Amino acid sequence: MKVTIDPDICQGQGRCFSIAPGLFDFDELGNGVVIGDGTLDKQTIDLARLAQANCPEHAIFIEEEL
Amino acid sequence: MIDKPLVEDFATEWDHADPQWVADPYPIWEDLRERCPVAHTDRYGGGWFPATHAGVSAIAKDTENFTSRTVIIGNGRPTELDLPAPIGVAPPITSDPPFHSIARKLLLPAFAPGPINALEPVIRSLCVALLDGLDGDVVNVGMEYAKFIPPSVIRAMLGFPEEDIEKFIEFINIVLEGIDHPQEQRIEEFAPVEAYFTAQMEEHKANPRDDLTSYLLNVEIEGQKLQPEHVFGTMVLVLVAGIDTTWSAIGSSIWHLANHPDDLARLVNEPELMPVAIEEFLRYYAPVTMARLVKHDMDYLGCSMKEDDWILLGFPAANRDPNVFDDADKFIIDRAKNRHVAFGLGIHRCAGSNLARLELRVAIEEFIKRYSRFELADPSAVTWASGQIRGPRNLPIRILT
Repeated sequence: MKVTIDPDICQGQGRCFSIAPGLFDFDELGNGVVIGDGTLDKQTIDLARLAQANCPEHAIFIEEEL
Repeated sequence: MIDKPLVEDFATEWDHADPQWVADPYPIWEDLRERCPVAHTDRYGGGWFPATHAGVSAIAKDTENFTSRTVIIGNGRPTELDLPAPIGVAPPITSDPPFHSIARKLLLPAFAPGPINALEPVIRSLCVALLDGLDGDVVNVGMEYAKFIPPSVIRAMLGFPEEDIEKFIEFINIVLEGIDHPQEQRIEEFAPVEAYFTAQMEEHKANPRDDLTSYLLNVEIEGQKLQPEHVFGTMVLVLVAGIDTTWSAIGSSIWHLANHPDDLARLVNEPELMPVAIEEFLRYYAPVTMARLVKHDMDYLGCSMKEDDWILLGFPAANRDPNVFDDADKFIIDRAKNRHVAFGLGIHRCAGSNLARLELRVAIEEFIKRYSRFELADPSAVTWASGQIRGPRNLPIRILT
């Protein structure tokens, strides 16, 4: 599983990197960025989903890898 | 305001300056969500108020059909006071694409989490000093505490003299609370604000230093320094948008805690709740509504909108929409899923949101550290700001032992 942020949708609301600082960081403008390649495991999936559920812009996507 | 009749039906003549709306807008919005859901008014020359999250969201993100040329509703439409779109009078909040993103990108780094988080010790010291200055069993949290935190921070960021804080607050009142004044009066009222900022710009040109004013005077877009009007407008924006908004959020949060001893006790005993509590304060008591203007005649959300009709974007109303939030009308201090829109949506997301959150958190942390039990001293004495920013002004709080 992988988490991504769509940079065209993200407006820097700042929720993801506050809720899950181990998964998300911010860039120079304060927009959210995924740390590393965004691969999620059992420990991080719930946190990623929580961040997703708190993003007002719906900019966070979680993809199931086949 | 004095001459206007009281609103009888907010669906057909909404007015955000009406005493009933100012006192308690939430039942009005709930009613509008069910009945309209986009309310109309002929006041202010005509306008619309979407009461649902879907309506607010659609318009906030639609820069093709709506302009941000003016974001504060007044009796007149933008005239000689305003620069033409897309730059607007206070970039980037009054800018439309494509200029908007240029103006925003140069401002955002100053308000990104890195530089803002570095201000935490300064803000904490300020809160402690303000609390040290309070005495007696009853303290006016609105006028003696919350009011002074944001101006002091913004003053320091802009590099303006410390003794000008009262002047700052007067400017804010002029710009935001004089919404019903005739245009000519507004121009006259605005003159001292303009004179003050112009003098500060000159002074910073002569003595550049490490602050936001010097940054704006020196930053370049494609090798060109900003036009003086752009620098001036952005300084006004930072001053106006950064003060009574956060003052309101701090006041509303402490007002809530004074009314809900159970929430206060939880926050005192479980400080780890603070980050989620802050988001719930922001959802439930979102202080800011912003305006747009309709760009052209059109049918939109089932409404026959005309060019230059106002739109009032009720972010606080969207935050109470039961289609988006479970138990939307309940304050839940540990609400885990909270996709609130207190800072707006889309390209005009509040540029100062990181600063606002920090000030709000530190102001509450220090207040409840000092006073772990308190209540409203006199509920009938609490007054609420009118206009597009909602929050308590007079807020007498009795400290309990």
